[in-house]
Amino acid sequence: MKEFYLVAIVAMIFVVIFQIAKASEYVSVLKGEDKSRKQNNRINAFLMIAFLVLGLFGAWYCNELYYSKTLFPQGSASVEGEKIDLMLYITIGVTGVVFVITQVLLFWFAFKYQEKDGQKAFFFPHNNKLELLWTTVPAIFLTVLVVFGLKFWFKVTSDAPKDAVVVEITGHQFAWDMRYPGKDGKLGNKNYKLYNQPAGNTLGVDFEAEESWDDLHTTEMHLPVNRPVKLVINAMDVIHDVGLSHFRMKMDAVPGIPTTMWFTPQYTTEQMKKRTGNPNFVYEISCDQMCGQGHFSMRGVIVVETEEEYNKWLASQKPEYFTFFPKKDPSNQKATTDTASAPIAQAMPQ
Amino acid sequence: MSTVTLHETSAHHATHDHGHHEHHDSFISKYVFSQDHKTIAKQFLVTGIIWAIIGGLFSVIFRLQLGYPEATFPFLEDFLGHWAKGGKLQPEFYYALVTMHGTILVFFVLTAGLSGTFANFLIPLQIGARDMASPMLNMLSYWFFFLASVIMMSSLFVQTGPASGGWTVYPPLSALGEASSGSKIGMDLWLVSMAMFIVSSLLGGLNYITTILNMRTKGMSMTRMPLSIWALFFTAVLGVLSFPVLLSGAILLLFDRNLGTSFYLSDIVVAGKILPNEGGSAILFQHLFWFLGHPEVYIILLPAMGMSSEILSVNSRKPIFGYMAMIGSLFAICILAFLVWAHHMFVTGLNPFLGSVFVLLTLLIAVPSAIKVFNWLTTLWKGNIRFTPGMLFAIGFVSLFISGGLTGIFLGNSALDIHLHDTYFVIAHFHIVMGVASFFGMFAGVYHWYPKMFGRYLNNTLAYIHFWVTLIGSYLIFWPMHYEGLAGMPRRYYDFSNWESFKMFGGLNQFISLIAMIVFAVQILFVINFFYSIWKGRKVTTMNPWEANTLEWTTPIRPGHGNWEGDIPEVHRWPYDYGKDGVDFIPQDVPVGADESKH
Repeated sequence: MKEFYLVAIVAMIFVVIFQIAKASEYVSVLKGEDKSRKQNNRINAFLMIAFLVLGLFGAWYCNELYYSKTLFPQGSASVEGEKIDLMLYITIGVTGVVFVITQVLLFWFAFKYQEKDGQKAFFFPHNNKLELLWTTVPAIFLTVLVVFGLKFWFKVTSDAPKDAVVVEITGHQFAWDMRYPGKDGKLGNKNYKLYNQPAGNTLGVDFEAEESWDDLHTTEMHLPVNRPVKLVINAMDVIHDVGLSHFRMKMDAVPGIPTTMWFTPQYTTEQMKKRTGNPNFVYEISCDQMCGQGHFSMRGVIVVETEEEYNKWLASQKPEYFTFFPKKDPSNQKATTDTASAPIAQAMPQ
Repeated sequence: MSTVTLHETSAHHATHDHGHHEHHDSFISKYVFSQDHKTIAKQFLVTGIIWAIIGGLFSVIFRLQLGYPEATFPFLEDFLGHWAKGGKLQPEFYYALVTMHGTILVFFVLTAGLSGTFANFLIPLQIGARDMASPMLNMLSYWFFFLASVIMMSSLFVQTGPASGGWTVYPPLSALGEASSGSKIGMDLWLVSMAMFIVSSLLGGLNYITTILNMRTKGMSMTRMPLSIWALFFTAVLGVLSFPVLLSGAILLLFDRNLGTSFYLSDIVVAGKILPNEGGSAILFQHLFWFLGHPEVYIILLPAMGMSSEILSVNSRKPIFGYMAMIGSLFAICILAFLVWAHHMFVTGLNPFLGSVFVLLTLLIAVPSAIKVFNWLTTLWKGNIRFTPGMLFAIGFVSLFISGGLTGIFLGNSALDIHLHDTYFVIAHFHIVMGVASFFGMFAGVYHWYPKMFGRYLNNTLAYIHFWVTLIGSYLIFWPMHYEGLAGMPRRYYDFSNWESFKMFGGLNQFISLIAMIVFAVQILFVINFFYSIWKGRKVTTMNPWEANTLEWTTPIRPGHGNWEGDIPEVHRWPYDYGKDGVDFIPQDVPVGADESKH
């Protein structure tokens, strides 16, 4: 019923507006078309200047409301991201000036040069000097932006430092999986054809290869603070994208084509809670490339912590190899020896 | 008032008689399978309007979900059945709506509806031709578009739903039925429909180019053509050179989907199944797609630029400032449009050096764009401005083009794009600069040339309401989205409420949804005005209601097939002699007087 009333009200409003509009046509005929045309012209000219003033005020008000909600007041959580923030400020500065000047001129001219009796338009078809001016000035500003932009771009996309922590992240519908290389510092090979061999090997890790034996497989990413980290990015099924808005980083995960990116986290999760004043703060990994119906829920979590906490966490994780081959697990072997050495009588009741 | 100059020796004597023909057309040949460019233009326009209503409605429905993620709307279930179980839009269908909204508005409305309408309508009328070079191909162009429309429409009704991988249909998502229900039969229909659409656009484009190059009336040299024609010419060139690439991309995708090839597929495990495909590249499709996809942006934008230039000049009662620079910048944009496609792919793992080349070329486009903006501003300067509805929309177009164009400088700079890519910043940018701005260009065109199309005016009061609500509403919708994008809020999310980083924008999303509904309602008001005025609008009583210089206003109020009753007028001057030597306007077919000044 509620919808019915809503539709009825909207239809009513339409009819009313429409009737008013039709009536205005008759009125203009009665008043004389020329007179009403001039009146409309004045009204629209006034609205032009009103729109400019209210629009600029609106832009300022919008900034008041939402700037604090963007990530920029809290700063970049990665060292490299600070360059991107700087680039943003430079670009906002340059484009902001152009924006205000051009919009003000546009609506001001529209208001100022509205049709008036006796006013004649100025025949001004071209002026080479002026045209040269607004070809070269934008070109100079753009050169500045390109130079800064490319400097930062090459820095951000350069090779990761040698001592970077390496983490592999793999996207699949609709979750993220991480692998850590373990003590040998090498990630074991993967091959999608080994998927589910043995059952549960969701990443297709090649467990024949010795490098994979100490690799960790986790669903949460832990990173030490103030150390560069290099992500090796894969996808199992469709294209995903590792979006790290707090670190100002983003890279596609493409099936069959591994990609990489690197950055240096500079605040732990705990520090960020203080910086943002949000006790629930968490670094989130968002999937930024449309990947199917669960795309919006493909959320990952990164915990940035101190070196000690990080090492403690690493030590607490069990290599994936042992979940598939429990017999090779030294802790199990120990347990097996223990039971073997225990008196048979104790084992009997089982 | 000008007089139509009749010439015994018309440059187009062969078609001379055509205008005098007594047509006894049946209803079918006059309104359905018509070969008259004006009728075909109206067919494109009406089909485009129908598509625009559907595409707009889709956005309203998915904005309901974004604005009110917790709420249920039982009436949605009445319309959509299991797609909105319990009155809540299902994620699959949300993505289908998003995908179809993009496809419909980019291709069916702003390509076919915009170029199709105005290239067909304006080219013969403004260059002084009786019809297109090949009226037959022109008719086929519409009917291929119609066929594409029918196929795309039918995909909305298949059980597994229409395509839902985004309008860019990146494989492997779009290639694998297992990955998404929208990638089943709905995707095949999407691809076949697009293939038909491309055929339509190629037939149209070839015709436009041929007509402009070969069929100009006597005296209409290339540098005497109105800027609307120049823009439509470059649009057609862009379309003819880039659409075939999308066609090849689409056909390869059809092969991958149905014939077991591996152009885009490699190393994939989907839904627990190891696929045998090897050696393909998912990125290859993106190159093929964006090689069309970026010129496509300009295919949408250039006609709006051209028409706005024309309308700004007419209603400022001043020549367009820097006519040659305007053509030059159109040409520059046209060339650069082909060289920037990979700026959509900065975060695909593209080689950084290659990326840097695309940054340079992308930001270079800002130079011709800046020239255009400043030339438009100077056109207004010291004018005598008449705020006809067409003029209002043309001014609105310039404002939106500035706002949306400037954010392009953010996204084109790869370092910044890393953060902003695929966020709401991108949505704000492209909706303002190519969506809303092009719509404004299109509205400007409709309001300006409606008297020529139907011999009647649209209602002015409704037009003013339409303009002001749409302008204010569009800014209210898209301006705050920049802030969401700066916060990293990703596109194409069905629900943000579980994200610590993005959930604080819930209130804003609600506000945006509300405004979107109001703006949509006002577009319906325009549609009512449009159809009502065809039959009941105020009648046009003079041949040249806007006192413009171009040739279409030398035809009868309701021109028949062949456009001019007598000979086609000869052209003696450029189309922008407004206010010259103190004369308000001098139409193109008026011979140059002996004492006239040169410029």
